[in-house]
Amino acid sequence: MLTLADHILDITENSVRAGAKLIEISIDEDSHNDLLTIEIKDNGHGMSRDVLQKVLDPFYTTKTVRRVGLGLPLLKDAAERSGGTFQLESQENSGTTVKATFGLRHLDRQPLGAIINIIIILIISNSEVDFFYKHRHNDRRFGIDTREIRKEIEDVPINHPEIIKYIRGVIEEGLREIEPEA
Amino acid sequence: MAKLTIDDLKKIKEKVHKEMSLRDGDRRVKVTVHMGTCGIASGAKEVMDTLLEEIEAAGVHDVVATTSGCMGLCSREPLVTVEALNQDPIKYEYVNPNKMRQIFKKHVLAGEIQTPFVLAKGSETIK
Repeated sequence: MLTLADHILDITENSVRAGAKLIEISIDEDSHNDLLTIEIKDNGHGMSRDVLQKVLDPFYTTKTVRRVGLGLPLLKDAAERSGGTFQLESQENSGTTVKATFGLRHLDRQPLGAIINIIIILIISNSEVDFFYKHRHNDRRFGIDTREIRKEIEDVPINHPEIIKYIRGVIEEGLREIEPEA
Repeated sequence: MAKLTIDDLKKIKEKVHKEMSLRDGDRRVKVTVHMGTCGIASGAKEVMDTLLEEIEAAGVHDVVATTSGCMGLCSREPLVTVEALNQDPIKYEYVNPNKMRQIFKKHVLAGEIQTPFVLAKGSETIK
């Protein structure tokens, strides 16, 4: 994993597999406190206490096709490498929240990477799931919620090329305005 | 560039509605990019970006791009499955943006399976 966007895509794919219908992705850049926070919150089926205790072990996975599960341990490592923290909360039948903090200007913090492409890939590939992407850079904020877009487009699929072009345009505009430094 | 508004979205909706009524919306090919941790770490995101660019450039509406999780063949990632209507799925291994472009142009659009990149034919089963 070379960028934080890769981690976001990976963790969010977990949420999709957990049957989430709404996934909130928040990126918070706080220059004054030299802190970058990434939070992914879903309303999927969550994890039992037993599973929750094991998921940070790279040799634990719920999958049967292989014996390792590296997604969460890799994110935890990336966060801690930059002087950050990692938190995981989950409740069965209600959802999971993954929160990782990073030293915003830490030398070992991975770059954010192609966040726009990640959001687009997620929307296109999981058209039945709603995504709420929020990005804050100090006092500037941007957010896009596919539930609001769905209300406007009615029966047009959200992954229709014209709608995707619009969503990409809105995110590009929004990020230009908040000027992310991550 | 003028700011994109909800009105723009409404205009897009009307335009798409008109187009949809003129065309059969059937999906001819489904392309799945396997997007587990292993896939992402070995470049599946760039493969997906390329696929989406190619779909847009070709202006085709009967090709759907989607993702799936890891299927256990992590060392062969990035993996891409092409499923054309009424045909066995074809799994491609070690895909990169260049191979993705070739697979899209030759297999997805022209129906020619790109044998040198093929890992397997058919669906995976879990024992």
